[in-house]
Parts: sequence; structure tokens; C-alpha cells
Amino acid sequence: MTVSVGPTPVHQPPNGSGTVTPAQVLRPHAEEAFAAELAALAAQDDRPRPTRWRLSPWAVATYLLGGSLPDGTVITPKYIGPRRIVEVAVTTLATDRALLLLGVPGTAKTWVSEHLAAAVSGDSTLLVQGTAGTPEEAVRYGWNYARLLAHGPSRDALVPSPVMRAMADGMTARVEELTRIPADVQDTLITILSEKTLPIPELGQEVQAVHGFNLIATANDRDRGVNELSSALRRRFNTVVLPLPETPEAEVDIVTRRVRQLGRSLDLPAVPDGIDEIRRVVTIFRELRDGITTDGRTKLKSPSGTLSTAEAISVVTGGLALAAHFGDGVLRAGDVAAGILGAVVRDPAADRVVWREYLETVVRERDGWADFYRACREVSG
Amino acid sequence: MNGRRGDAGEPLLLGVRHHGPGSARAVRAVLEQARPGAVLIEGPPEADALIPLAAEEDMRPPVALLAHAVDEPGRSAFWPLAEFSPEWVAIRWALEHKVPARFIDLSAAHTLARADDDGADSDGPRVDPLGLLAETAGYDDAERWWEDAVEHRGAGKGDAVAPFTALEEAMTVLREEYGSGGHERDLVREAHMRLRIREARRECEDGVAVVCGAWHVPALRRGTTVAADRALLKGLPKVKTDLTWVPWTHRRLSRRSGYGAGIDSPGWYGHLFAARDRPVERWLTKVAGLLRAEDRIVSPAHVIEAVRLAETLAALRGRPLPGLGETTDAVRAVMCEGSEVPLALVHDRLVVGDVLGEVPAAAPAVPLQRDLARTQRRLRLRPEAGERELELDLRKETDAERGRLLHRLRLLGIGWGEPATARVGTGTFRETWRLRWDPELSVRVAEAGVWGTTVPAAATAKAESDAIGARGLAEVTGLAEHCLLAGLPDALPTVMRILADRAALDTDVGHLAQALPALVRSLRYGDVRGTDTAALAEVAAGLAARIFVGLPPACAALDADAAEEMRGHVDAVHGAVALLGDAPAPGLGDAPGHGRLRARWQSVLRTLSARDTVPGVIRGRSVRLLLDDGELTRDAAARLMGLVLSPGTPPADAAAWIEGFVGGSSGGGLLLVHDERLLGLVDAWLTGVPAEAFTDVLPLLRRTFSEYGTGVRRTLGELVRRGPGAHGGTAAGAPGFDPGPDTARADAVLPVVRLLLGPDGDDEGARGAHTGVTG
Repeated sequence: MTVSVGPTPVHQPPNGSGTVTPAQVLRPHAEEAFAAELAALAAQDDRPRPTRWRLSPWAVATYLLGGSLPDGTVITPKYIGPRRIVEVAVTTLATDRALLLLGVPGTAKTWVSEHLAAAVSGDSTLLVQGTAGTPEEAVRYGWNYARLLAHGPSRDALVPSPVMRAMADGMTARVEELTRIPADVQDTLITILSEKTLPIPELGQEVQAVHGFNLIATANDRDRGVNELSSALRRRFNTVVLPLPETPEAEVDIVTRRVRQLGRSLDLPAVPDGIDEIRRVVTIFRELRDGITTDGRTKLKSPSGTLSTAEAISVVTGGLALAAHFGDGVLRAGDVAAGILGAVVRDPAADRVVWREYLETVVRERDGWADFYRACREVSG
Repeated sequence: MNGRRGDAGEPLLLGVRHHGPGSARAVRAVLEQARPGAVLIEGPPEADALIPLAAEEDMRPPVALLAHAVDEPGRSAFWPLAEFSPEWVAIRWALEHKVPARFIDLSAAHTLARADDDGADSDGPRVDPLGLLAETAGYDDAERWWEDAVEHRGAGKGDAVAPFTALEEAMTVLREEYGSGGHERDLVREAHMRLRIREARRECEDGVAVVCGAWHVPALRRGTTVAADRALLKGLPKVKTDLTWVPWTHRRLSRRSGYGAGIDSPGWYGHLFAARDRPVERWLTKVAGLLRAEDRIVSPAHVIEAVRLAETLAALRGRPLPGLGETTDAVRAVMCEGSEVPLALVHDRLVVGDVLGEVPAAAPAVPLQRDLARTQRRLRLRPEAGERELELDLRKETDAERGRLLHRLRLLGIGWGEPATARVGTGTFRETWRLRWDPELSVRVAEAGVWGTTVPAAATAKAESDAIGARGLAEVTGLAEHCLLAGLPDALPTVMRILADRAALDTDVGHLAQALPALVRSLRYGDVRGTDTAALAEVAAGLAARIFVGLPPACAALDADAAEEMRGHVDAVHGAVALLGDAPAPGLGDAPGHGRLRARWQSVLRTLSARDTVPGVIRGRSVRLLLDDGELTRDAAARLMGLVLSPGTPPADAAAWIEGFVGGSSGGGLLLVHDERLLGLVDAWLTGVPAEAFTDVLPLLRRTFSEYGTGVRRTLGELVRRGPGAHGGTAAGAPGFDPGPDTARADAVLPVVRLLLGPDGDDEGARGAHTGVTG
């Protein structure tokens, strides 16, 4: 599916306990799950490959976009969306530039970066998860203090970060949620990306990146209150913005599928027919997000919230919970109204006007939306 | 191909794509090499006389050859030429080398005589020759194939003619397969071209070069008899036509016109043609320059990376050189940080571009002039240098048309008539104009020729373009009003769409409130004329709804000046809503719609009047408007007033409330005269204001009361002198008047009032009559 929704998965460290086989894990890595496809591609790839790339750029693009090989092997599409995006992303990596994938939550940033790393380097696990507390050690290196105290500073006492290992081995490193990382830690990436070297002043040594090293970072472009990238760092990246699902149908499909999964895990009673409400939620989110009604006739102001697919999912899930526990089990307008209001009105002053305007000029006039209009008027007062 | 210099055998046939920079470059190379004795170009032969103008100093492409029927300027055709058009290159080469240049296509006289130009052609299945070739070459996009195969090839080494030969071979195969490919008219055109080529070859010994669409080359090469060609051309309809050069723009090059093919990226093509070498590097440097000028940080390092990305992308996509698609992707990823916003700027300014052509003053008159002259004759409205006044009675057909003409000319910036205020009567069917024809206006007419060939068409195009370029919302509303006055219904949809868009995105309620009255005026005006104003009514209702939503929050926390301004807006909206309610417009006129709009407005006013954060002047005004509409009883108004004037309210705020309630020219004085309870409240409050606060509220109160008429002020003074608490009966005893109303006599007037106000004016009429007689 185009969009993998949900929180960014936490990966097992590559050399974890070692006792879990791929079949048992909840979610295998891309290079394990699609090992057959990667092998088939590699076998039939006769185009030039950049140094230490497992596949040629053409094959990487095919791996992501899908297609069939001369011998009949079918490659499933990993990313359904504009071809241009994958082409630019692969080309960026091939020109030895770092790649920054931007997008609102739920636009398959992580998914794309994982598959790119798997196809290019055959390993998607050299990962730094960006958080507000990501320390410099996670990007550069740390120390094994027992060894450090026992033997003094040496390369053996050094604990390399995924980035450092990627540099040394000529692999693709990944940084998730780059903008969540504190600014000073972000800045350590500048030397790595421009000089392609990581100095270790404690030892008077350095690790120089070998051919094949590159970095894929992902970041939210609409999140507020995060650490905006400095222009010096930004300049080191080629930026690709991953768009939201193109058609309403695709989005409804994603929401329905995901809601069903979530509902099962939350043990909500199965809801007979919520598809109309889901469609409505998706319509509202899309219209407000795009600033234009689906019939293309009326422009709208957009609220400050992101209104991503992920939020639509949570609105519907919340509505389902309401319907199941307090209502008659059928998802109705009233069950989603409050959730929508909460998702849309993030800034109490400006967004409320936007929402009221939307209610009065669009919802009010629309056929068959009278129940929803009433429900919204009730909750927004 | 054997059309070398001195060889008068076969003509040199150069198949091109119109507006193809690569073709243009190749044409120049061939002409330089072959040096033919005459250059023949696809285009209307009537324009031969205009060719020398192309050499003039102040002729600057893009320009277009404009052909129009003399008797019907609306029927016209354009042949646009940009600097990078092969045809233009050929003309310039011929002029520079003193070689005759001629147009050889079918006469515009015949082309324009065909009533439905496109309709007849599109009947059969049309063959897209480039699409077929591209498909054969394994491309899914014809444009891209052509770019790769022709336009992106550099000047080329070796034989300059070779690319044309190759293209001709390809086209020959296509023509053999598909014949005329559904373009039936092409056969006639090609016959004409062949005749002209034969003619030229007889006259010219040095051999001739022909520049035409690649599709025609095989047909021109084919040996046919003169008689057969003549037979094809027999009996073609004909109209009297006139041709001239008109300035063109890059933006308009993207439109389909005389040559059929429009192009999407004239700026990019212009760049490809003008760039000496390294087109991609130069282009990205240009983009960087534009972005820097717009305050984006773009360093040379960005340009380097963008070039690398574009080139690698081209390799990944299997193209010989980065095209516009690759460079655009590179600009987006490297220079714009993935954002589409600066990219739109690049597209607008560079990929399309704002280049405007120029034509010398010696170019013949534009059809617009002719159309204007014809209309002036028809309406018996002669241009005179002296100033005179013109009274129009719009109920008469001729006068109405005159008015529309003058309005249209004003839209086009031709200020022949200025509207003047009527001396007599204020009816909507009268218009007064002050007319004066300055010689300079002829120049304006010539300039306005860009917009169209007839006055209505030009005015429509200009109005649409103005709407798109308008900065403020009020500007668009004004334009809508103007369109109605000028009778340009075709421009209205565009103007309305833009109006609706602007209104939707405008966050300033003030702008919206300013726009609404003009819109409602237009709506009523349109009603008078019987114009279809459904779209207008819809937009007006939408605008009103947005104001209703936005007004209460916008009224919070305003300083005195802003509050005063906002009060003006509240008044304006109130008036507009009243009119909008009355307007018998479709979609709104039905009673529930009208009533709903009014009721919603009244609930907004009620919100405003009750909210403490709203400035006093607006609160007072809201109460007053509700009171006047009969939505608030006098008791309720008095209660609200009492609340505001109670000691808890700061005196300045209370004074502002009074100003809003009874101030200005709203006739508030009479209200105080007639409702003593209110006067008593004001009086009690005023006497209770502490001494230190009194000087603060004095200016405001002075402003409020000084605007009353003398009579009102005197009556008020007398009432106050009679003392507070002097209530009802005793107080109203003005000399010579009975203290209470004589209801019997008042009732006697009612039938007449009812008659005057009409049978439907029931509740309002009755209320009006009631307020009139009470007191």
C-alpha cells in the first residue's frame, strides 16, 4: 500500500539476541521480507552499479516501483505514488548526496527509506532513531566504559554508531525524525556529510567514509516546535517531499484497512457499516487540507493542523470506540464530530473561524450532510 | 537532398516544428550553408507586404501576424512568432541577406471564410504524427521524444541538411501510411503551397528554401500537375481580410492558434535557443538568480548539485540531455527543499516567462480600431475632440448600447467617456457621461488590440486578465460591477470564480465587508437589466456567510479607530444584507432564503451586542440596528442601555456605546426625542459621571450630539431642561401638542400608508407607519 501508517517501528539491533528467526518476528526487515525479489533483481541487473551498491539505480527504482523482470519474476510495488519521487530519490543517492524525505506523518517516509537502504546496501538496520533525547553518541560513537577504564582509550573501547559503521563499510545509514534531534547533535552530521569523515579526537584518529556510504533522513515538515534544520545542514541534503494519497478512494482504503487492524487490537466490537462516515471524515480532511472542495468549485482556508491520514484514522477509531461503548454500535455523525473538531481546531482562535466557515459555507449546503452539520453545531457550540 | 546553391532543381524543403528552438537553429544553419535565392515560409501570403516590418528596429518578438475579416473583426486568426520560431529565423535571415521572403500557405481570405474552422477538421480521426514517431521510438510522450530527437541536439556537426532529410524520410513513411491523417484541409493548403513554390522557382534562379511544418514536407515534395493543384483550389469561399502585426506575449504562445501547435514552456525554449552552450548549467544558474532575488538562499553549491542531479536523472530516464522535467525535479529537490511554492514562481517567471513583444508604429491598424469605428457609426456616437455631456436613457436600446460601449472602453483603458453625476433624477435607468476624444486615445486603442479584435471580446479578455491580476478583494468586486455595467456576461464566470476564491482566502473581515455592498449593488443592477445574476447571488450569499462567521472574533480587542472603522463595516453589511434579502434573485429571492440570511445576520448582531470584549461603539450600533429592525423591543434596548450606563462600566466605554447607539447621521437624536426612557437613562448617566472622567468622555459626547440637526438639539435641550424624571405624559407636553398620541387620527392614515407601501409590505410597512405616528 502506498502509505504505511502508524508510529515509526523500532528495529531490533542487527546483532541482537540472535535467537529469533525471521519467521517468528512480528515484522521482518525489508531485505529479509523481499529477499527473493532482491536476489532476482541482482541476478538480472546488467546495468552499471555504483561502488558497493547491491543493485544498479535502475534496478533500485524497479524494486520500489514494481515491474516484471525478463525472466518473468514479478516485483511488487513497494511505493505507489509518483514515479518522479522514486527516481529523484534514487538519483540523489547515486550522486552521493544525502537524501531528506519530508512529509506529514503517515506518508510512508520510513517505509521508503527502509526499502531504499535495503535495495542499495542490502541492509536497512543502520538506523538512528531521532528523538528529543538523541545524544551525540548515537550519531558519532560512544565508549565501552569497562574497557575504557581497563585498557585506556583505544579503537576496541569505542562503540561505533550506525552512521560510523555505515561510513566504514560503505553502507546506507538512516536517520529517522531528523528534526526531533537537538540542534547540536544535528550539527555533527554536517562534517560527516560534507567532509565524509568522522574525527575521533580522543585517539587522534578519524574514520573516513568509503564509497557507497550515504545517508537517508526522514522528517516531518508540518510539525511545530521541533528543531528546524540549519541551512548549513539543509544544504547537504536533496529534499524529496512525499505527498499524501492522491485520490480519495486510496485514502478511504488506507483508513478503512488501518481502522480494522486497530479495532481488532483494541478489541472493539466489529462495526457493521462505517464506510460512509469514514468517507465523510476523509472528505473533510482532504478538503480542509487542500483548501478546496472536492468538486473544485469553492476554495477554503486551511487550518493549522496537519490533518494527515494518520489523524483521520484516529478520529475514526475514536468514533468507533464511542459508538461501541456508548452508542448503538453504528458509527454515526455524532461519534466522529467531536474528534474532527479536535483534529481541525488546533489554534483556538484562527482555526475555529476556519472550521465555522467550512461548516456554514460547505457542510450546511451539502446534500445528506444535515445530520453531520447538526452534530458539529452541537459540539462546537 | 540536393538543393544547394546554384542548383535550381529541387527546392530545399525544411520541415520544422513551429516554435521549436532546435528546428530554428537548424534552419539558420541550413540557410547559411545553402544560401538560397528566396525563402518561402508557411503563413498567409497576404502578409508578404508586412515582412519588411520585421527588420525594423522596434520590432521585437514575440509578435503575431493577425488576420481578420474586414467586415467582421471578430473573425480572426493569429500566427504567433517567437524569437526561437524557425519561421521568424527564416524571415530575419532573408531580410538580413536581402533575399525575398514570401508566405506560401493558403490565403487568410480563404482560411477565415471557413465558418467553423476547427469543427470541420476534427471530424475524422486526426493523426498525431509526432505521437506516432515517438511511440515507434519507444517514448510515451511525444513532446519528450521530439525534444530528445530534435530540439536538444546541439547545432550539429557536419551536414546541416541531414536532420531535415531524416525527418522527411520519417514523415514520408507516415504520410504513405496515413495520407492526410484526417487533416482534410491540409490537402488544399499543400496544393497552394506547391503552386507558390513552382512560381518562386520560375522567378528565382538561385534555388528556394521552404520552411514549413514537417508534416507537409512529403506532400510538397510530391510531383503533381499544376492543373490538379489548381482544381483543388477552385471555388474556395473568400472574405475580404486585412493583416497586421500585433505584439504577443510568451504566456499567449502557450495557446493554440494559427499554427495549431501551442507550447507549454516558451521561456525554456527561448533559453535553449539563446544559450550559446551548456544550456542546463545556464538555466539552473538563471533559476538560482531568480530565487536569490526572491530572498531564498541559493549558493553556487546548490547549482552544482542541481546540475549533477539533473544529469544523473536524465541518465536514469535514458535521455541524452536533461530536459525541462529533469531540471525541474533537480530545482525542486536541491534548491526549493522539496517545496512547490518557489517552484511555481520559477515556472511562472522562467519556464513561461513575461516576455512582451513590440511592433513598430508603422504596422497597419488593428481590427479593434475598425470594430470601434463601425460601432461608433452604428450608434451614431462620433468621436469629437471637444468635451460634451451625454445623457443616456438606458430603457432605450441604442442608449443602452452606447452606455455599454463606453463602459467597455473604460475597462480597456480607453477613457473616451467619464461617468458624470446626473443632473436630473437618480433613477437607475439614467446614465450621464462626459465625452471627449483625445488623439492619444487612438494609441490606446492600438495597444488594446492585444486583447481582442472586437470591443466586447477585448473588454472580456481584459476584464478576465484584470481579475486574475487583481490585488485586493474590493478590486475584484469593482470589476464585477463594471462587467455588469459593460454587459460582459462572458467575463463574469471568471471574475466570479476569482471573487469567490479571494473571499474564501481573505482573512480580513474588513475586506469582505467592503466587498459585499458593491456586490449587492451589482446584483440589484443586474436585476434591473435582466442579466443572469445567479452566480453573483451565490457568491454574495457565500461572502455574507463568511462575514457572519468572521465578524464576532474580528470585533474583539480593537482600539478606538479600528472600532470606528469596524462600525462602518457593520453598517455596510447591514445595508447590504437588507438589500440582498430584498433582491428577487434566483436562489436567494425565495422567502426562506432571504429570511434565513437576515435571521443569521440578526443573530450575529445579537452576539455582538452581548459580548463584553466588543468595543462599545459596535455594541451600541448592534443594539440600535436590532431595535430599528424590530428584533429588539424598546424594553430590551433600554435594559441593555441601562446595563452599559450603570456605574460599573468605565465612562469612556459607555460614551462610545452611546455614540454607536444614537450617534452620527443615523437619526439617533429623534430616537432620544421620542423615547424618553432612553433619554432619561442617558441623562441620569451623564449627570452621574465623576468630574475627573467627564473631560475624557466630553469629546466623544460632543461628537455624538453635535451631528444632530438644530431642531433635534433644541428639542432635546428643552426635554432635558424640563428635568429628569419628568416622565411620559407631563414631559411630552410640547407647546401646542397633546401629550399623548391621538390613536384614532393615526389609524385613519393607515390605509393610505398601506396603499403607498404596497400590499406585501405588511409587517415592515405597518411598523414603519407605527413608528412614524407614535411619540
